[in-house]
Amino acid sequence: MQLYLPIAEVSVNAFLILGLGGIVGFLSGMFGVGGGFLITPLLFFIGVPPAVAVATGANQVVASSVSGVLAQLRRKGVDFQMGTVLLIGGVFGSVVGVWVFSLMTRLGQVDLFVQLSYVLFLGLIGAMMLQESLRSLLRTRKANAPIRRSHVHSWVHGLPMKMRFRASGLYISVIPPLIVGALVGFLAAIMGVGGGFVMVPAMIYFLGMPTKVVVGTSLFQIIFVTAFTTVMHAMTSQTVDMMLALLLILGGVVGAQIGTRVGTRLKAEQLRILLSLLVLSVSIKIAIGLLIKPDELYSLASGSLP
Amino acid sequence: MIRAALLALMLASPALADESIVSGLSQNRVSITADFVGSEILVYGAVKRDAPAPEGSPLEVIVTVEGPATPLTVRRKERVAGIWINNASVRVDSAPSFFAVATTGPLSHILSDTENLRFNITIERVIRAVGITAEADKAGEFLLALLRVRTQEDRYRVLEGKVELTEDTLFRTDVELPANLIEGEYKVRIFLLRDQKVIAHQERVVGVRKVGLERFIFNLAHQQPLIYGLVSLVLAALAGWGASAAFRLMRN
Repeated sequence: MQLYLPIAEVSVNAFLILGLGGIVGFLSGMFGVGGGFLITPLLFFIGVPPAVAVATGANQVVASSVSGVLAQLRRKGVDFQMGTVLLIGGVFGSVVGVWVFSLMTRLGQVDLFVQLSYVLFLGLIGAMMLQESLRSLLRTRKANAPIRRSHVHSWVHGLPMKMRFRASGLYISVIPPLIVGALVGFLAAIMGVGGGFVMVPAMIYFLGMPTKVVVGTSLFQIIFVTAFTTVMHAMTSQTVDMMLALLLILGGVVGAQIGTRVGTRLKAEQLRILLSLLVLSVSIKIAIGLLIKPDELYSLASGSLP
Repeated sequence: MIRAALLALMLASPALADESIVSGLSQNRVSITADFVGSEILVYGAVKRDAPAPEGSPLEVIVTVEGPATPLTVRRKERVAGIWINNASVRVDSAPSFFAVATTGPLSHILSDTENLRFNITIERVIRAVGITAEADKAGEFLLALLRVRTQEDRYRVLEGKVELTEDTLFRTDVELPANLIEGEYKVRIFLLRDQKVIAHQERVVGVRKVGLERFIFNLAHQQPLIYGLVSLVLAALAGWGASAAFRLMRN
């Protein structure tokens, strides 16, 4: 069934869009990532203009995150205190990110900058997660393996302004979560993603949060970051396509529910290995695009140069 | 008195074309609805003559359909430090979003270069790019790339031999409009040629507009962007909550 999108001004197959939304929603519910790093390149691929893809992708992530958070809420998987602290850091980070983004736009290399950030951050985080989770998986296989503590005390725990995060069972300074939030907000602004793929590993390895609350808290924070992004895009460039978003959302919310249920059946290590492989493959895909000579060297962009 | 009128007519006649166009379009307006999958315009007409058709050179017809034009930036990737990045660009002042040219025969046979310069008939003459040679070296290749990319996307078409001409008088052609149309005025031009020269031409307009839901969403997005953004969010949140509630009901 073909459908003409009023803002994107292209005709697309409605079932294809529903399917895309479903796949991304499934991953979103399973891993606690917004899926922005998947949906945006997929929309480019089916011919949606990049600006519309970025803005509408953000809108879709809002819906799948709401659906995911509600599912996590019933399993007490959301730490609202931690989510709020991360969000405060996120606002500062995104303000800085928007500034850097506009600087790169003026220099005319914003595409390259975004692609390099994808390769660098996705590659780094994916590799780190894969290595760590493989090691811990091997450790649990050994019968007489030493019992691993849930988190290790480090310099992070010596910082002032301590706060008790009940749902996470942590008593730590608010400074590390603020830094993590700011970093994620910065990446969200320059890469046009929710930042879940940075947030999830940072919460596990840096803040020492239990895996049980990581997914829900990450999604909770992503709702607000992407909601902010959606409204900003709608106001500054009118690139949110409501029709496209609704189709993606319909597929996405169903996918997110299924993903959450599949996710609860998998072991934490398995989940992390799968997520790291996904993140790594997106990174490698973009890296190959930068390294191999493209078939068509020329590209068209509407509008004139600034 | 009659002699004076005849004389006036004779003096006036060189200014009038011997052959002129009477034409029609199957539709003056194309409405883009949610289920829009493209459209087709039938351009038809007849050659009106005051005298018998001249002997010798055959009559040829060219029909062009041209969508709204926009400025464009054409970028070229180059390998810098091992990776392919956009390194040079050229600004094109105006290029149509859609362009089709249908003819009765090969363009190079029926149209001379000077007449093309005069009437701007083919796509190469319609694209306006002033002063691009200063913007990058081999600037001409950027324009060739523009034509190549747009032709691949099926936005630019050359339909040689697709105009049917019956008894040197009646002509017709169908021009398919793609599904990814943008709104605006689409200019339809009809040229009659003999000896590679334009002897008559006519211009008509087809309006392409979004209607119904498409119109409503587009207008809301542009006129009330804040409300539009908030409505998008509310819809997203409701859908997320709805799916969550539905799945809980299904489980119980």
